[in-house]
Amino acid sequence: MEFDLSKPQKLLKDSAREFLSRHCKPKRVRELMSTETANDDELWQAMADQGWMGLVIPEEHGGLGAELLDLAVVCEEMGNACLPGPFQATLFSAALIDRAGSPNQKARYLEAIASGSLKASVAQLEETGDWDLDAINVKAVRDNGRFVISGRKLFVPDAASADLLICLATNGESPVILPVSKDTEGVEIKSMPSMDETRKLYEVQFNNVSVNAADVFGADGNARGALVQATQVATVALCAEMVGGMQWILDTTVEYAKTRQQFGRPIGSFQAVQHQCADMLLMTESARSATYFAAWAVTEGAPNAGTVVSIAKAYCSDAFREVGNRGVQVHGGIGFTWEHDLQLYYKRSKAAETMFGDATFHRERIARAVVDD
Amino acid sequence: MDLNLTVTEEKFRNDFRAWLAVNLPPEWTGSTSGEDRAEYLRYLREWQQKLFAGGWAGISWPREFGGRGASLMEQAIFQEELAAANAPPLIGTIGLSLVGPTIIAIGTPEQKARYLAPILSGEEIWCQGFSEPNAGSDLASLNTKAVREDDAFIINGQKIWTSFAQHADWCLQLVRTDPHAPKHKGITCLLVDMRSEGISVKPLRQMSGDSGFNEMFFSNVRVPVSQVLGEVNGGWTTAITALMNERANLGTGSQVLFKRNLEALIRRARAFPRNGKPASEDPLVRQKLAQAYLELEILRLNTNRALTSLSKTGVPGPEGSIQKLYWSEWNQRTQQTAQEIFGPYGQLTDFDHGMWQYSYLRARGNTIEAGTSEIQRNIIAERVLGLPKSY
Repeated sequence: MEFDLSKPQKLLKDSAREFLSRHCKPKRVRELMSTETANDDELWQAMADQGWMGLVIPEEHGGLGAELLDLAVVCEEMGNACLPGPFQATLFSAALIDRAGSPNQKARYLEAIASGSLKASVAQLEETGDWDLDAINVKAVRDNGRFVISGRKLFVPDAASADLLICLATNGESPVILPVSKDTEGVEIKSMPSMDETRKLYEVQFNNVSVNAADVFGADGNARGALVQATQVATVALCAEMVGGMQWILDTTVEYAKTRQQFGRPIGSFQAVQHQCADMLLMTESARSATYFAAWAVTEGAPNAGTVVSIAKAYCSDAFREVGNRGVQVHGGIGFTWEHDLQLYYKRSKAAETMFGDATFHRERIARAVVDD
Repeated sequence: MDLNLTVTEEKFRNDFRAWLAVNLPPEWTGSTSGEDRAEYLRYLREWQQKLFAGGWAGISWPREFGGRGASLMEQAIFQEELAAANAPPLIGTIGLSLVGPTIIAIGTPEQKARYLAPILSGEEIWCQGFSEPNAGSDLASLNTKAVREDDAFIINGQKIWTSFAQHADWCLQLVRTDPHAPKHKGITCLLVDMRSEGISVKPLRQMSGDSGFNEMFFSNVRVPVSQVLGEVNGGWTTAITALMNERANLGTGSQVLFKRNLEALIRRARAFPRNGKPASEDPLVRQKLAQAYLELEILRLNTNRALTSLSKTGVPGPEGSIQKLYWSEWNQRTQQTAQEIFGPYGQLTDFDHGMWQYSYLRARGNTIEAGTSEIQRNIIAERVLGLPKSY
């Protein structure tokens, strides 16, 4: 048994950190968050050139065919840099197309995503804000050779910078996965201003949008299974990003506690402060263990992969928020300012907490697996 | 990253499992105190002798000293299998996991020849005389004095919280030999014969009812100079070596017991009523049980990561403090959850044979014994995060 990153994974992580420290400095994050979409096309292409867009896309479709843990270590560094823009949204889309798409659809979309020429986002949530697949209520109505969708999707991440929107609708029995080009007639995108300005949320209105039935993903009846699996991949990637955010807050807070002087000594020499930092370390490392394990379990196709992913997301959701709380507390007044970069991570933690379901949501999932008979 | 066991590890597990299937003694059903006590101790000693005869005692020790040279991962598997088989506790655990490895690391050839074999066989049981009434978390301020007189040290003073003292043959003891030196530099580690004249042992009853700890009183106890382990006035180094070995045992065995306890709680919650339904259908109970489950699972993952890292560096480090902090606080939270599920029944000493009230009370001591949570957080802050010392 060996629970550690491999040498190539450590190298990949180091190179991702080095790359982002040059191309995604905090100053750049702030510039981007004040733009309309928080997306930087040049940075996007540079990341695609690194191979990051296609990390878990199969080689036959222009990707690297790597393991989920490889993607996780890159996401960890993205979280450490508080990378703005639609990487996570596009990743979820790619994972979904990879599992639900026909060979032709994969050839058409995955290669474009891997090369950096296509950005995408999945439109799932509706008014209930419920991540359960059965909460999807927007109808896909069959009309001869086409599906027609009418309804409103909410909290769609990075919809304005995405070229492709993947609408999750229902035919009354099972989910229907519909690719909709953003400039399709009847699609209206409206901003939903929120805390985390590095990753924008949108309301997407579909007004009698018509999609060719042959273009729908998961037509072979596996739409639900593909959605479940793709959500696992995207959730692990998000957890990894959260771990990276926690690590940034921990490092920054410990550094501050070593240098900030009060009563003639560094505040990090006071146990009240030390114990906050010790707890932050415990939470960060525990979140990392849970996330790496989830990445491994999903790759291995473990029968309990769903529960393992829920364990990671439940823990990361609470831990990222709590590490943020303690980080701000140790910093004192400066930690509460707009000027200090802590606020970026603090807000990211809240956005990530609810994405794909918060801790309460995932604990209920775990309970169904281990508490119920 | 591969969380499956290697072929060697798998074989180790199968070998030990097969051995246990044949050799595990019947469960002890009598009392562990009062009149049954002597019989119970004989039962425990026999169990260790059996392990020794089968080559399963001191498995982490090098082969030249009678051990099995087992890897860290194999030690973890060993503990897991013992717990999974519901094996009796190891009466010689302090000798096996703490005293033996320390003697192997820094003992003289004569000490190795004299002490190691009886530790393995369970012939000699050890205790550890470290804490004192005024030296708990601040262990280095210990006050029990040893004065040199010809070829011996004469000990006077008191130790407390000593597990196994009431049936130990030997004690690994820290004493102050230079009262004028800075506190870490005047300590010596002695190997003390518990049958020496002038030692008296008084069991301390815990709030859970059992007597795991003792007070020990020393009045002009004579210990030959040849019984110094390590250097005179170098006992702090010896103590750290011993404590690192203690914490390198990352609690893989107790995790199996926790898992069994939580599974019992979940099973019980499916049948125990709450608001006209099984407690396991109550949303809040479900949340709490799921949280206990996920945290225990992460404890196991953290352990596996720490074991991997320890296997590579070979040096026990502060990982043990993170583990200790995590499991002790987990157990307190989980026992409180059990109490909430059972309501007024949880406190009864005959409800489920009193296991829930006992577990709740026993867990209270978890964040104090073997280094309080506060001390563990200090260690993490200073030794892992590099924050300045607070004292």
